[in-house]
Amino acid sequence: MVEYNTRTGTRFGLHGGQYVPETLMNEINRLEKAYEFYKNDPEFNAELDALNRDYSGRPSLLYYAEKMTRDLGGAKIYFKREDLNHTGSHKINNVLGQCLLAKKMGKTRVIAETGAGQHGVATATAAALMGLECEIFMGKEDTIRQALNVYRMELLGATVHPVTSGTMVLKDAVNETMREWTNRCADTHYVLGTVMGPHPFPMMVRDFQAVISREARAQILEKEGKLPALVTACVGGGSNSMGMFYHFIPDAGVKLVGCEAGGKGIETEKHAASINRGEVGIFHGMKSYFCQDENGQIAPVYSISAGLDYPGIGPEHAFLYDSGRAQYVAITDEEAVCAFEYLARTEGIICAIESAHAVAYVQKVAGSMSPDEIIICCLSGRGDKDVAAIARYRGGDLHE
Amino acid sequence: MSKIAKAFENGPAFIPFLTAGDPSLEKTEEFIHEMIRAGADLIEIGIPFSDPIAEGPVIQEADIRALRAGTTPDGIFEMVARLRKTTDIPMVFLTYVNPVFHYGFERFCARCEETGIDGLIIPDLPFEEKSELDAITKRHGLDVISLIAPTSEDRISRIAVEASGYIYVVSSMGVTGVRSEIKTDLRSILSVIRNTTDVPAAIGFGINTPEQAYEMTRIADGAIVGSAIVKIIAQYGDAAGPKIYEYVKMMKDAIR
Repeated sequence: MVEYNTRTGTRFGLHGGQYVPETLMNEINRLEKAYEFYKNDPEFNAELDALNRDYSGRPSLLYYAEKMTRDLGGAKIYFKREDLNHTGSHKINNVLGQCLLAKKMGKTRVIAETGAGQHGVATATAAALMGLECEIFMGKEDTIRQALNVYRMELLGATVHPVTSGTMVLKDAVNETMREWTNRCADTHYVLGTVMGPHPFPMMVRDFQAVISREARAQILEKEGKLPALVTACVGGGSNSMGMFYHFIPDAGVKLVGCEAGGKGIETEKHAASINRGEVGIFHGMKSYFCQDENGQIAPVYSISAGLDYPGIGPEHAFLYDSGRAQYVAITDEEAVCAFEYLARTEGIICAIESAHAVAYVQKVAGSMSPDEIIICCLSGRGDKDVAAIARYRGGDLHE
Repeated sequence: MSKIAKAFENGPAFIPFLTAGDPSLEKTEEFIHEMIRAGADLIEIGIPFSDPIAEGPVIQEADIRALRAGTTPDGIFEMVARLRKTTDIPMVFLTYVNPVFHYGFERFCARCEETGIDGLIIPDLPFEEKSELDAITKRHGLDVISLIAPTSEDRISRIAVEASGYIYVVSSMGVTGVRSEIKTDLRSILSVIRNTTDVPAAIGFGINTPEQAYEMTRIADGAIVGSAIVKIIAQYGDAAGPKIYEYVKMMKDAIR
């Protein structure tokens, strides 16, 4: 794989690093060594390519949203359809890579955190396919909000542990999965769901997700013969956006914009906008931007989207922000819900509420751009899981 | 010489831990006096953190109680300064890297020196990342306590050779908390440490009975006990003082 010069050792600029307990250090060193070997191993890459193609359904489509383009009256809008992947989101790209690597490393068991359940479902899927034992840690609050996904994981043969510590959401699920990994790592790989955590995770997860921009860049050149003016995606921990940005980083003319969860507004305390409202900190194995209080306690965060409900952001994003290569905007719940409904009515696509944050940004800017310009927006997932919550947001009384 | 060395001068050291501010800083101060009176050789004071990933449920809950009570690093520094007026026992902080980083490494270490803290234990700041803090702690006369785990293998001697104050040997896989049995081959870990450095080594994680403490101090220079004490505090709250005294005295008597 090609690697652009964003990383030095374990860091991206001043971000990243390996801030984990000593118990895990040899394990993450072994993981790094194994990954450095297999990422250049033709057999590993051939197996992963085959899984991506034959199991997951890659390459994903680059779809020209003609009606939306006409309606907004500006730039040409394309969607990268990660929602059409097996399991319904970009999460599968990462878990197929990590589970295959875990197998090569001789691991027999995988553990993972999940927020909304998308990463948990993807991990349980890959584990079922590859014959790995699978245990998922999910905040108790989230197991209630996303009961259907809990059952889905169980159907796939995984054990789901409701996490009752702390605030009982995604960050607590990460804490608990880390704790379980320190308890048992000899036969167990931690399939981290996003471009966060200690090195090598941010690099490795980005590489597995970079398939998104590798395809999208080739597809747009084939369709339009030129590069887009704007590439945008939603950002929680930042895996779909890192994958969507990566191969466009060297293209100086391509503007990269990440859309953070603005929740009820970044002027309130109810948001998850790590870059817009957070400060540099060190947590979950990495130095990066985190929502935290005046004493360095990690702040409870909020978003209508469980997948963006995380107090930090991957270190490579923090670096892209510091260097000015990418920009990060905050999109509120209300804007995301309107975009969710707009996309459904305009293009007949029910996208994930996470992805709707990026769609909302496209709605804001497309009209002021020229028809000669192109936007690529990543539809990271499909929205079936969100339908009931959106109905409730709009005052309905719909439960799954 | 490190001020911490004093803790290990008179035979095996008993090292109790408690979370500052659980249930209140006034009570923490009282509990520490009880520990000293009962024969503790060094005190580990936890600065509560919202997400203590190396801790089991008992200390996690203590952190939540302490934070709910409004405990802040500044409040803890003031408590340490008050304690220092009446005792010269070595005291170290155990906390996570973010509260220290957020306070500012330099400012935090300067406050430690001023108030009389002798060392720092930061479970999520491994050997590879300690250089950020090293020069600052040295300037302020603080020891950064190195941790060695059952999985450290080839890293043991690398860590031990740069250790100062004491070495915290993690007895078991997983997080802090009471264990009925400690299965790790601690003897071989300790022998690598002994062959590398003269810095004392204390074993922690899981120790709660006098028998365990006795056994651990036959192979190491000290025993660290956290969760068992925090449990007493959880159970007796404001009235935990005499119970802590009894427990620490029993443990110290067992290892003499």
